[in-house]
Amino acid sequence: MVPLSYYLVLSGILFVCGVLGFLIKRNIITIFMSIELMLNGVNLSFVAFAAHWHALSGQVFVFFVMVVAAAEAAVGLAIIIAVYRTRETLNVDQVNLLKL
Amino acid sequence: MLHLILFLFFGAICVAGAVNLLVQSHPINSALSLVVVMASLAAEYLLLGAEFVAAVQVIVYAGAIMVLFLITIMLLNAGKEERTKGSRVATLLGVPGVTIGAVLVAWTLLGRSSTTRSVSIGALWGAPKDIARLLFHDFLLPFEITSVLILIAIMGAVVLASKPEAVARGPRKDA
Repeated sequence: MVPLSYYLVLSGILFVCGVLGFLIKRNIITIFMSIELMLNGVNLSFVAFAAHWHALSGQVFVFFVMVVAAAEAAVGLAIIIAVYRTRETLNVDQVNLLKL
Repeated sequence: MLHLILFLFFGAICVAGAVNLLVQSHPINSALSLVVVMASLAAEYLLLGAEFVAAVQVIVYAGAIMVLFLITIMLLNAGKEERTKGSRVATLLGVPGVTIGAVLVAWTLLGRSSTTRSVSIGALWGAPKDIARLLFHDFLLPFEITSVLILIAIMGAVVLASKPEAVARGPRKDA
């Protein structure tokens, strides 16, 4: 028997790793991967709560999160390719057109 | 007991992969460690009895999405990232703040430690049949809306990734 809180702590660790990567990484692709990591952390808590309450709808939500993640990956990577084509860099510090 | 050992084993792999994603400076190493995270998460889903979610996790996440990432990394020939110095105030305030927050959250969660209903290993209750019934009856409208979302995302990706001149002027001159 594994307590629910263990799963939640694991999902929290994954989410925090994602946030950290989002903040400290400078490569736009790695930042994007950190977002995927955050989504995975949330998915784990969905499945853990689904097992806890014996409600399958928690697992269905995981599918919706996966679909959104797939759509996000497709659009986001297309945006990254477009950014690279115009600025020829993947460093987010040099992509600063909207900066004051 | 075996359940707990397996949970800790795959959880440790998962956390190690996540930390490795942060530490590596080359994006392709980060992507491969993200694959490790996703694969061990699939094992965690299996431990929770969610067999179909575990399969979809491997197929969609570790398969499709990560291949997309790897193709982009190779296509753009992404090299090592350049480190930039962050502000010192952020380090001074951020590290203790994050530590305190993490300890508080973990303490609260572990203090109210309740056990999940035991899913004995091998007894899977997230069968595809039940999930399909839920997905195509109760969640039919969200399901249809996500299909529209996917369609829009595909069109958006094609438009964004295609060459701007190719759309405007037709075939390239140098081809």
